[in-house]
Parts: sequence; C-alpha cells; structure tokens
Amino acid sequence: MRCPELACLALIVCLAGCERETRHFTADVPGPAYPGPRAQTGTVAGRAENPYARNAYAVNEGKRLFRWYNCNGCHAEGGGGMGVPLMDAEWRYGDRPVDVFTSIHDGRPDGMPAFGGRVTDDQIWRLAAYVRAIEGRVASATAPNRDDSLQEAKPETRRAGQ
Amino acid sequence: MSIHDTRSAELEATWRDPPGLRGVLSAVNHKTIGRRFIVTAFSFFVAAGILAGLMRLQLMHPGNTVLGPDRYAQIFTMHGTTMMFLFAVPVMQAVAVYVVPLMIGARSIAFPRLNAYAFWIYLFGGVMLYGAFLLNVGPDAGWFAYVPLSGPAYSPGKRVDFWAQMITFTELSGLLEAVIQITTIFKLRAPGMTLNRLPLYVWSVLVTNFMILFAMPAVMLSSTALIMDRLVGTHFYNPAEGGDVLLWQHLFWFFGHPEVYFIFVPALGFMSTIIATFSRRQIFGYTAMVVALIATAFLAFGLWVHHMFATNLPELGKSFFTAVSMMIAIPSAVQIFCWLATLKTGRLVMEVPLHFVLAFFFILVVGGLTGVMLAAVPLDLQVHDTYFVVAHFHYVLIGGAVFPLVGAFYYWFPKVTGRMLSGVLGRWHFWLFFAGFNLTFFPMHVLGLLGMPRRVYTYPADPGWGALNLLSTVGDWITGVSFLLFALNVWRALARGMPAGANPWGAPTLEWATSSPPHAANFPRVPLVRGVAPLWLAEPYAGHVRGLADTQREVLATTVLDAAPDHRMIMPTPTIWPFLSAVATTMLFIGSIFTPWAVVWGTVPVAVALVAWFWPTRAETAEHLALEKRP
Amino acid sequence: MSGLPLAAFLDTPPLGELSQDALRAAGPQAAATLALWWPTLALCSAVLLGILIALGYALATSGRAVRSAPGDLSSLANREPGLVRAVSVGVALSTVALLGLVAASAATDRKLASLDTAGALQVHVIAHQWWWEFEYLDADVTRRFVTANELHLPVGRAVELVLDADDVIHSLWIPNLAGKRDLIPGHTQTLRLRADRAGVYRGQCAEYCGYQHANMALRVVAEEPGAFTAWADRMRAPAAAPATPLAQQGRAIFENGTCAMCHTVSGTPAAAKHAPDLTHLASRRRLAAETLENTHDLLARWISRPNALKPGVYMPDQAYSESDVQALTAYLETLK
Repeated sequence: MRCPELACLALIVCLAGCERETRHFTADVPGPAYPGPRAQTGTVAGRAENPYARNAYAVNEGKRLFRWYNCNGCHAEGGGGMGVPLMDAEWRYGDRPVDVFTSIHDGRPDGMPAFGGRVTDDQIWRLAAYVRAIEGRVASATAPNRDDSLQEAKPETRRAGQ
Repeated sequence: MSIHDTRSAELEATWRDPPGLRGVLSAVNHKTIGRRFIVTAFSFFVAAGILAGLMRLQLMHPGNTVLGPDRYAQIFTMHGTTMMFLFAVPVMQAVAVYVVPLMIGARSIAFPRLNAYAFWIYLFGGVMLYGAFLLNVGPDAGWFAYVPLSGPAYSPGKRVDFWAQMITFTELSGLLEAVIQITTIFKLRAPGMTLNRLPLYVWSVLVTNFMILFAMPAVMLSSTALIMDRLVGTHFYNPAEGGDVLLWQHLFWFFGHPEVYFIFVPALGFMSTIIATFSRRQIFGYTAMVVALIATAFLAFGLWVHHMFATNLPELGKSFFTAVSMMIAIPSAVQIFCWLATLKTGRLVMEVPLHFVLAFFFILVVGGLTGVMLAAVPLDLQVHDTYFVVAHFHYVLIGGAVFPLVGAFYYWFPKVTGRMLSGVLGRWHFWLFFAGFNLTFFPMHVLGLLGMPRRVYTYPADPGWGALNLLSTVGDWITGVSFLLFALNVWRALARGMPAGANPWGAPTLEWATSSPPHAANFPRVPLVRGVAPLWLAEPYAGHVRGLADTQREVLATTVLDAAPDHRMIMPTPTIWPFLSAVATTMLFIGSIFTPWAVVWGTVPVAVALVAWFWPTRAETAEHLALEKRP
Repeated sequence: MSGLPLAAFLDTPPLGELSQDALRAAGPQAAATLALWWPTLALCSAVLLGILIALGYALATSGRAVRSAPGDLSSLANREPGLVRAVSVGVALSTVALLGLVAASAATDRKLASLDTAGALQVHVIAHQWWWEFEYLDADVTRRFVTANELHLPVGRAVELVLDADDVIHSLWIPNLAGKRDLIPGHTQTLRLRADRAGVYRGQCAEYCGYQHANMALRVVAEEPGAFTAWADRMRAPAAAPATPLAQQGRAIFENGTCAMCHTVSGTPAAAKHAPDLTHLASRRRLAAETLENTHDLLARWISRPNALKPGVYMPDQAYSESDVQALTAYLETLK
C-alpha cells in the first residue's frame, strides 16, 4: 500500500516543482476574480488562494514591483515607518491572501492608498505573494533570496515561520 | 602462443560480475562499468543533440516563434551543460575505463568499487539534471552560469541550484576517475611495459587525468560558493558586501579552459592509436609526441583569461595571455606534423576509423586557426560572444574530439562487442557527418563577423542573417541523418554483425591480444611486454606472469617507471555498497539544494553505506592470509 | 563585405544604414582591428592550405595495405632524418608565424590604446536588463542630460564611454565602431572610440543577460558636429507641455498612474529612475531597446501589453482602459 502513496507524494513534489518554476511573463494565471469591496472579505471570497503563492518567479517579480511602486517608501523593507510594518505576525486587516489583496486593491484607512485600477489584479496578486514572503510565510524554495546590495535584513528565504 | 589455456574458465568465474538484478547493481568489472559509462555518455550526447536541433529550428528564420525566451534559455543551457559536463569529459574517461586496463595488460582497473561508485554518481547527477529539466526546473543561466545572473537576485527558484549541484556530481565522479586512472596507469601495467613503452593513448589519458586533478577543484569551489550564496545568503559574489562577480569567471575558466583539453588530449591519443594501426607503422617521433602532450597540459592552465578579454584587465596581462594562447598551438603543430610524417611513410589501410581521423586535419585545423585569431585581443574583442566563437569551438570540439571519438568507436567496437560495424554504412555516416557539420558551422563564422551575438533566442531580419542561419539549420538536419545511420549501423552490427576475431585491424597494442569481447579477467595469462608495439613483434611477449591465484581477483602491481613486479594484491569483489553509497550521496546532494541541513543529516546514510562498503569479512581475510603464506 | 557577391546573397544593409557588421569599419578602432584581421585571415588560410596540401601529398604518395598486413617496426631502429627535418621545418615555420601574430596583435593593441581622447565627449553608459541608459556628462552639471537606447555621437570627435551595469553583466558592442567591452556590476570600465563616418549603426548586448538578451540592442547615430550639438540642445530641454486636450489628459494619467513610478519626463513630476527616460521618447526611432518601430499602434500596444511583445520584460502590463492608452500615446507622441 505504500507504493501508491509514495508515487502520489513524488507526483505532488514534482508538480510543486513545475508550479514553483514556471515563468509567468503575462497574466496567464487568472487569479480568483476580484473579491469585491471590503465588506465582503471574510465571507466566501475570503477563502481564495493566491495563484502565485508557490511561484518563485512571480514572488520575485512581486519583490521588484514592491520597490518600483515604492511600497518601501512607507513600509521600509517590511519594517514599517509611515506605513504598518509587514514583518510582524499580527495584521490589523487580516493576513489571508485575499485580505492582503484587498488591502492593496482598495487601500485602508490611515494612509494606505488604493491601487486597484492603477495596477493590474495580476500584479496585485504578485505583490500580495511577496508581502507574505516578507513575513517569512513563503516556503524557502519559493521565497526571493538576498539582493546584490548591502544587506539591511535577512533574506526572505531565511526569515522565521516559513 | 595462445594466452588462453584450461584455467581460463575458472578465472572467468572469478572475475565475472554476478547475475541477477543484485548482480547488475553490484558489478565492479571495469569492462561492465566502462560499457555502461560509454552508453550513458552517448545517451546524453543524443539528448543534447536533440536540444541543438530545437535551437536550430528556432533560429532557422528571423523572428521565429517555435521557442520562447524561457524555453530557449533552458535549452541552450542544457545543451552546453550536457555536452561539456555529461558527455565530453565523462565519455573520454569512460573509454579509458574500458580500454586502458586492456591496453596496459592489466586484469583490472585500480579501485574497482570506487570506479563503480564514480559511475553511479555520474549517472545520478545526469538523471537529476534531466529530471529537473523535464519538470521545467532546467537551468537557464547558461552553461557558464555567470553571476550575478545565476545568483540569488536574478535567478529565482531552484533552477540554477540544480545546475550547480550537477557540477558537484560530475566533478566528484571526474576527480575519482582521475585518481583511479592515474593509479591504474602507474601501478598496474604488465611487467616490462616501462613508461617509454606506454602507448600514446595511455599517455594522453595520464596527462588528462592530471589536468582534471588540478582543474576540477576550482569549479567545485566556485559552484559551492554559488550554492551558498543562493541557499544561505553568503556574499561571495555580491560586490556590495565585499564579494566580486569576476571571481566566478576566474574560477570557472581556470577550470573551463583546461576542460577543453580534457576533451582534446584523449582525442589526440585516439588519433595516434588509429593512425599507427592504419599506417602499419609506429607513430613518428614518440618522444616528441609525449612531450607535446605534457606541454599542452601545462600551457592549458595559462590561458583561461582569454575568455575574459572584454572584462577590465590590465593590458599587459592580456598580452601575456595572448602569447600563451597562441603558443599552445605549437605542441599541436608538433603532433600534426608527426602524424603527417607517419601517414606519408606508412602503408595505409583505408578503413572507416581512418576516415574520421583524417577529417581532423581539416576541421581541427580550421578550429585551431580561428582559435589563434581569438587569442589576439583586438580580434577577440570584435568576435567574442558572437557566432564566430560558436563556430570556433564546435570546430575544435567536434573536429578535435568527436570525429576522433567516433573513429575510436568504430575502432574498438569489435573489441567490446565481438562484432564488426558495416564499412559501407560507416562511410555514409562519415561523409554525411562531415558535410552536415561543415554546412552547420562554417556559416557561423560569417554570422559572427556580420555581428550576430550568441545566446539569442531570436534575431531581427534587418542585419541580413537569415540566409546563413537557414543554411546552418539544413546542415544540422544532415548531421542528424548521419547519426541515424550510425545508430542503424550499431543496431545492425549487434543483431547480425560479422564476428570480429581477436585482432580484426591487425593492430599492435595489447588489447587486441585477448579475445573479443575480452575475457572477464582480460588476460588469462598476463604477458611480459618487450616493446612499444608488442603484437607487431615476431615474438610478442617475453613470457607470462605465473603464480597469480585463479580463485581470487589477484593482480600484480608493478613499479611506476620500469614496470618491474612490485607486489601482488587482491582486488575487491562485487558488492552493492558502491551503488547504495551513491544513492546516499545523491540524497545528500539533492537535499542540500533545498536545505543546508541536508549536509548534516545526509552524512549519516553516507557514513553507514561507506562503513558497510569497507567492512571486512572473516572468510575473505582468511583466504587472503592463506594466499600470502602460500603463493 | 560590400564588394563581395555574398553581400547581395545575405542582404546585409549598406554601411551606416543600420549596419551591424565587424567587417566594415566606420571609425579608427574598428579599422585598426580590420587591419589586423585581413592579414591574419590570409596567413591562417595559407597555413590551412599548406596542411591540406601536405595531407594530400602524404595520402597520394604513401603505400596501401590491407587489414591483415603486418605492421612495420623498422622505424624504431632507423632515425628517419628526412622526416625529422620536415617536421622541424614545419614546427619552426609555425612558431615564427605565431610570434609574428603575437607581435601584430600587440602592435594593434597599442594602436587601439593610443586613440587621442583630448576633448573627448564623455557618456556614462549604464546597462539594465534589457535597455541602455546614456548620461551625457559635462563639466557643467546643468548641461548633463539623460537618454536611452539611442546614442548620438559627433563625427570625428573621440568619445569616452564610461561603462557600468545596474543589475547583471552586459556587454556593449557596436561592431562598425569598435570591439566590445563588458559592463560589470562593481567594476567601472571605459570604452574609447570615434566615428569617422556619419550614419546609423546598430549595436547589441553581447553577454547573455537573461530572457531578453536577444532584444537588448541600441542605435548609434553618428552625425556632423553641428547636427549633434543641435540634438544635444534639444535633449537638454525639458519636455514641452502638451497642447491638445487628449495629450493633456494623457499627461495627467502618466503622472498619477503607474508610469511615473518608473519613468522620468524632465520638467514634470515624473522623476523615477527604474526605466528609460522618456523626456524625448517621440524623437527616438524605435522602442524597447530597438525591438519595435516607434509607431502609434506599436506604442499603444507596448504601453498596455509590453510582455506580449517582449516576453519577460520588466515593464509590467498595464490596467489602463483603451481610451486611457490612447491619451497616453497621444501624450508620449508630444515628447519630441
């Protein structure tokens, strides 16, 4: 009886490999439809998974967008500043993928602007995937690694939680 | 005088690999391992050839869309990686595993279990890389994996880690083989085979393995540093934290340039062997040939920087590397002229192996001359990293190594299988390969001069590169057809080829003294050698070694210089532990792609397997002691 | 290759009309290299021919034997002085030829290094995945300006390109003008060259730098000093304010949307440095590092779906509506 289980396990590992490594250059993985205004989160749509949660390339892209869109300006590499820190465990607006998506898409009170409509949903999913990596919630094989720059913090692959 | 006698059957039973699945996994006879090694290496050659075909298909027209950038990057990386790390270097060592002990009159290779382990490690490393490739985890930063592109910031995921760990596998295997083969050549030669009676092919293997010993640690070091940068966030290659991206290039090419000679030098040995046999005379200038091989090996370590002329190096330093890069042509010139002299004064037997060897004089010489052009810094700065370089090194590697290798395949195939390959099909294979090869790669010289860079997955129509690329793709198809004929020839010979007999070519060296395929113990009676070309002597041997046990894998070790009998030693028997040790090592290596802790827990199974491997048994020890007392 | 029938077969563009060709020099550096190339090619061809003739001669004059013929070991006893002489002469000739090439190479190196750079134009080249940034340096910092992917040079004046890389290793190669030079993170290099012939040359990245290495090209426009000065003055000027309402709307979208997060348009609030400077985008002939013609349709497609045209490019696909894209395109087309 162990053999089929082993085979299944091997298959899962392999498929995980495939998904982790695919280079999604375009938005060819449609994420779950936009979950709707804030009021709905926590209900049905709240269970939506991030399509890029296990994709190393997309998470790395999320990291680049995080900087290019100047998320750093307020969240300072995840440490907080003008905006909330992203490296701590307790998140005010929830830390499920859809909560993070909604925070980016619709903004939050006290300064987080809404990026929905300005940034594609696909990119918001990438950013949301990366935000989870900041916290060390993405598998180390998928998380972005150190930069070729001065190291201000541990690389995402080596943060707690994983 | 026959070397077979009545004890032959008993000896066969002693040296044979055991039957059954367990036997297959336990085999240690150098001929079994050598055959597997060669077949595996040729399988990787076929795989990489198919990848090359896909690339030529994509580049057939400007703006083609058969392959996208991601797929193309994986394919060209896999092609280069496979050809260099999984085919060219291993196949040369593989042929040596099979041929060298036979050629020097030994019953076994040194460290037969380690030899089996080296093969399994190589096989597992290659299978791991192809497994990853098929799962879309194929490396995509080029076979040279320059940092920072291959580093943690620009190659997310695990693709490059598989590449770097493949290096660990193949280099481990290569280094072990180097130790095994050097020991074999130094200590297991038949009595009387002094160093100045060593066949030139064995010299070339010896020189190559010394080069491997010195060069491979550099790339293992650099790839380990890369894995550490990627896995645990070290900063070997991060300029902002005191690392240096050029460090990678120096370490990689300190290995990478000699690597070309790991492939080329054994091929020079094939050339000397085949030319001597088919000219029916000794190679002219034996001493000069040996000195040229050794000089090549030394100079090969002094020209790695010519891969880096476009980086910021001092001008004077570049001039030094220009001079060395050009001077390495001199030992090659010595050998080419000696071969020409041999051919001129010989009586030629125009068989297929000689055809492949004669092609060397056109293809390798073209590649060598373009190499001389590339050694000049100003010319290199124009054509470096263009299709000119692609043409250059395919001329060198295919003309300088693959043509002689295929010639050697035709030459030794009867010895390995006992069957002859068809000469007619062989000639078709040769001429189609020769034509297809030149049609594929000659236009690339012009493409490079016309400005086409390497490693592009597409190119625009404006610069006018389309026609030559189409020509090149057609040449690739012709080459493909030629290798289909080769496969057909091999299949036909295995099914119903003519029996070869012990020495179908009338060759002079010892491997042709034994039956085809060879006896499990190689030589039922080990000859005493009295000349450099024993089988052409009226009286080939000065006698035979007596007193080696038939019921034990006993061999005679001889002295390094004079091959005088030194002591008797007993070679280990077949065991499954090298296989299991290789499995444990593989788990450690693959595990350490994902977590550094694998290096810690992975050592436990490796240690267990190694202890079991070397665990002595009471019965064996008793037998060995008895033999010591009663020779 | 202009004089050869091959050129017609290959359909390569004439020199200076977007040519990318190491065999036709448009400046002293490429010319000096060619002056080394042709003699080297001739010498190497002669060597090849010599070896093939020697091989043919050897094959034609040697005897033939069959497989069963015995080997001849008489050479072990005889010294074969004729062969020793022939091989020695061959090796000596090879050595002399190689030493000659070493000397010629060193002489050419000196010639390349001796380019007179007094009063040279200095341009800081920064390579990015997968585009080129050019900052024209000037002692007077207010006269510096930045542009991308299109390098204008004055004919007859030496140029010193200061090379840096922003991410991975790239290599700058403009074959009609000079040999290549790598751009390496953490190592600044310089490449000195001069264009002596007005025209448009194509250059390309020559070091594999990732998925779009193939589409990382540049256009070099060598023009008369007067034309160059006029061009530089235009480049120094900030972007003109758009006149039409559509373009004005486009400018507002540009500055409030994602464009301004990465791009600069000087004279406007858009001042980010992640992507090419767009101050004078409309004056450039092509888009995306020579990948696309700079036409209205392609520009609009490029703005909304860059990854469909250049897969893997870092410019993200955009969420703009069709009318927003039209407005943006109209705005960008005013940036002359």
